[in-house]
Amino acid sequence: MNSTIAIMILGMAVVTYLPRMLPFVLFKGKELPPFVQGILKNIPFATLGALIFPGILFIQEDILYGIIGAAAAIIIAFTGANVIVVVLGAIAVLSVYSYFMPF
Amino acid sequence: MAITITEKQTSDFRQGIQSGVSIAIGYFPIALTYGLLAKTTGLTMAETVAMSIFVFAGAAQYVSLSLLTSGTGIFEIVLTTFILNIRHFLMSTALNEKSTDDRLWKKAGYAFGVTDETFSVAATKDGTVSAGYMYGVISVSYSSWVVFSGLGYLFGASLPKTLQESMSVALYAMFIGLLVPSMKGSMKVIYLAALAACFNSIFTISGMLKTGWAIVTATLLSAILVELVEYFKKGKEGYGHE
Repeated sequence: MNSTIAIMILGMAVVTYLPRMLPFVLFKGKELPPFVQGILKNIPFATLGALIFPGILFIQEDILYGIIGAAAAIIIAFTGANVIVVVLGAIAVLSVYSYFMPF
Repeated sequence: MAITITEKQTSDFRQGIQSGVSIAIGYFPIALTYGLLAKTTGLTMAETVAMSIFVFAGAAQYVSLSLLTSGTGIFEIVLTTFILNIRHFLMSTALNEKSTDDRLWKKAGYAFGVTDETFSVAATKDGTVSAGYMYGVISVSYSSWVVFSGLGYLFGASLPKTLQESMSVALYAMFIGLLVPSMKGSMKVIYLAALAACFNSIFTISGMLKTGWAIVTATLLSAILVELVEYFKKGKEGYGHE
């Protein structure tokens, strides 16, 4: 293994692990003021919103591609389907779309 | 007594594995593509897999490849990785609130596996999150990530293009699949997600902030604003007594 790449991987590993690990060590949890606890409980849903948009629109050059994928996933999820079904369903819908719309 | 605790841990672990399967499916195309790109970038098989083993951060690994291609120095690559992954600080803080009282070394162990995906699955789960559950979720996701990085390096180029393209939606579909059930019962969740989505779109499309900071800032702004609205709507007395 190239030593420069090895050092880079090591550095990346350290700076990735630290932010993931420190909160568990620094914060004991359940002792924070209610307002801060409220914010922390909000974070999962806010994160999901930010992770989905705008990223999903740009998965392919054709912006319709992302919109159709998103719509398919939302509709399937609304029926109460399992997450795996949502994932496979969205892939299936897009496969059909790109099969009929070769760009 | 000891037996019941062990049984509880086993069932948590098993439940975690079940929840982790959707992540493993979602990682499949991303890891394959990563492996393929790594090969194109000129990394060896060992380097490609080592990065997946030690870093375990999809977006950062992708970015490092494109930076390597453009001849960026390793210090900048490590710094970019840090900025990109600072969002996990927020996620681990939120997860810590939801976690059961496990030994610190167990938490420090599963902290390695806190990704956007494992966090989303654990954070939207009902009730608390135990170490057993986290290790279940992470073991499946991590294996998928590492194994498919290697397979992508070896065979990525031979997958049909249509399938490669359509699989790029996988992780986003998973995020939607996790978010929608919580949205059904709660206006608050809808506001949180929509607001963060708007902020993040503004920050990234305008080029105001880099992706890593954009997600952190959008998430925090949305979480704080919605909480402030709730605080003032309920008044100081009513707040925090749910």
